[in-house]
Amino acid sequence: MTDAAPAVLAEGLTKKFGTFTAVDHLDLAIAVGEVVGFIGPNGAGKSTTIRMLCALLRPSAGRAVVAGFDVVHAAEQVRAHIGYMSQKFSLYGDLTVAENLRFFAGIYHVPHALYDERRRFAISMAGLEGRENALVRTLAGGWKQRLALGCAILHRPPVLFLDEPTSGVEPQARRQFWELIHRLAAERVTILVSTHYMEEAEYCNRIALIDRGRLVALGSPSELRRHELGGTLVALACAPLGAALAALRDAPGVAEAAIFGDRVHVLLSTGGLAAADLPGFLAARGVHADVAQPIAASLEDVFVRLVAGRARAEPAP
Amino acid sequence: MSLRRILALAFKEMLQVWRDPRSLAIALLMPLMQMVMLGYGVSLDIRHVPLCVFDQENSQASRAVVERFVASGWFAITAALDSNRAVSRAMDRASCIGAVVIPADFSRQLASTGTGPLQIVFDATDTNTTNIAMGYAQGVVALVTADLDARWTAARGIRPSGVGVVDLEPEVWFNEGLESRYFIIPGVVAVILALVGAQLTSLTVAREWERGTMEQLVSTPVTPFEVMAGKLLPYFLIGVIDAAFCLLAAIYWFGVPFRGSAGTLLLTTALFIVVVLAIGYLISVRVRSQLGASQVALLVTMLPTTLLSGYTFPIDQMPAPIRFLSLLVYPRYFVTILRAVFLKGSGLVELIGPVLGLVLYAVVVLWLAARAFRKRLD
Repeated sequence: MTDAAPAVLAEGLTKKFGTFTAVDHLDLAIAVGEVVGFIGPNGAGKSTTIRMLCALLRPSAGRAVVAGFDVVHAAEQVRAHIGYMSQKFSLYGDLTVAENLRFFAGIYHVPHALYDERRRFAISMAGLEGRENALVRTLAGGWKQRLALGCAILHRPPVLFLDEPTSGVEPQARRQFWELIHRLAAERVTILVSTHYMEEAEYCNRIALIDRGRLVALGSPSELRRHELGGTLVALACAPLGAALAALRDAPGVAEAAIFGDRVHVLLSTGGLAAADLPGFLAARGVHADVAQPIAASLEDVFVRLVAGRARAEPAP
Repeated sequence: MSLRRILALAFKEMLQVWRDPRSLAIALLMPLMQMVMLGYGVSLDIRHVPLCVFDQENSQASRAVVERFVASGWFAITAALDSNRAVSRAMDRASCIGAVVIPADFSRQLASTGTGPLQIVFDATDTNTTNIAMGYAQGVVALVTADLDARWTAARGIRPSGVGVVDLEPEVWFNEGLESRYFIIPGVVAVILALVGAQLTSLTVAREWERGTMEQLVSTPVTPFEVMAGKLLPYFLIGVIDAAFCLLAAIYWFGVPFRGSAGTLLLTTALFIVVVLAIGYLISVRVRSQLGASQVALLVTMLPTTLLSGYTFPIDQMPAPIRFLSLLVYPRYFVTILRAVFLKGSGLVELIGPVLGLVLYAVVVLWLAARAFRKRLD
């Protein structure tokens, strides 16, 4: 596998369950060593996509190549070259830390000469030194998840699929988990990680936003913030708020206006009013307004707008 | 195929079984309990059949008849009655299942015509018991007749002529005491192993699907055959221990004579355990919930095994279509094998038919199970 070839490539990837289309013609290319965040509401198709890429589900249409192997025709090769953490915790709770590691080392054929070092690495990575003989079910969430990651990378796979690895884990442990992800990425491991925590999206090189089976947006967090909003976001303090909102919604060039506290956030598209015109425009309609301040959109703003926009355009069946 | 992966799986499975002492205890003690219950509960021998007597004559001759019934050991006289109505009441209350009625002129008729009329009434609600009891009664009456005959000839100073008398000397082989226990207990061992074995493995795959660990396992390069081998290995050990318990109980507790070779017994038992574990595993692979798998395992093993394995109901006497169906009931092969090894001391050569039946079964079921295991979630 050369660096030029993507580590993960999906083309028109589709999965139907009966008449329900869980994933709809998804195209995605992930470069070697990239951390891509998979974001979307529950039921958007994140897990289904990841399972197809792990050769756990057979695509209904389209194709996917992972680590150079086709997920349909070379499923076993794919499995040998990936690490996978499913959404549900999937280590053996009635086995100890050391026993779980030994089991997965056996399953993945980790060479005996390397096993000792990798076991130590996994244990220190998970912060479980001295607790090797604890039953896994007695561990708290963060330790469990880090150990699961340690087991999933015992065979040093070039590609990692992590399905909501931090859900239900306390914030401190979540941050530690992301540090581990970046340590692995620094060693050129390619990682696709799904999450529903917006702040975690910021840790990714690129974000793939998926909604109702479709890839809605793809780009780095700053790219998404800049482009996907489709305009400039400004905030202005004004009174009375209700009249301001009503006036702005009908104003030329205003894509969206919403009240945030004592201010109004206005999304300006090109070709209409400029930010500087807003106080005058409002004054003419009996609303007092301060100077409009440009503000940075949060990723949440972007996602809400993208998903809400899609919902308006094509209501869910 | 990777031996390392198989061993990793087997070791993991063994640890899980070991860490679940309740299930382990059930797996090891259940067969012993069933052995005791079925071993004592199922018997085709009938002893001490409760019998009433309505002796209208109460003579020396009539009392001699009653004594013969008691002395046989097959009957117990529960009441001496004095009217036909009392007989019918006793039968209604089921305080006896048969009544011997001796008419008031028993001795007189015997003396004048040479034939003593004797009536036996049976409650035939349980036809099986009644048939056996009637057989016993005929045996007793034959003895009574022989007694009378001997007394009659002796009284007249005539030596028995021997003319026209065929003397049958029955010689019973393999189960000389005609103990139905000897015939049934080996069958019971087969039935218990069939039921317990399928239960043992019916949960093993379903449990991993339910707990979510299977999704992790199938995302690795492990092969269906490796999963099967790794999972069957620990349960094979438990199955062998169970079998040893049952067989030792059959020999030393129930006293069934063991005339075969330990090697034949070991080999055929191991083969049978593979078959029953593979059946349970196949069910576990197909039914991905523990409750469902356990119920399916019970359903597909319990009825065919108890009804069509021939352990109590003889296959030879079933209608042809059912007999044909019983060929699919794998425990029947092991019932045949165990009986032959225990009572006849048969070896592998004599048992080639049922042994091949089990081998074929093992191969087909293992193949189906390995094929049924899907490494995909859809």
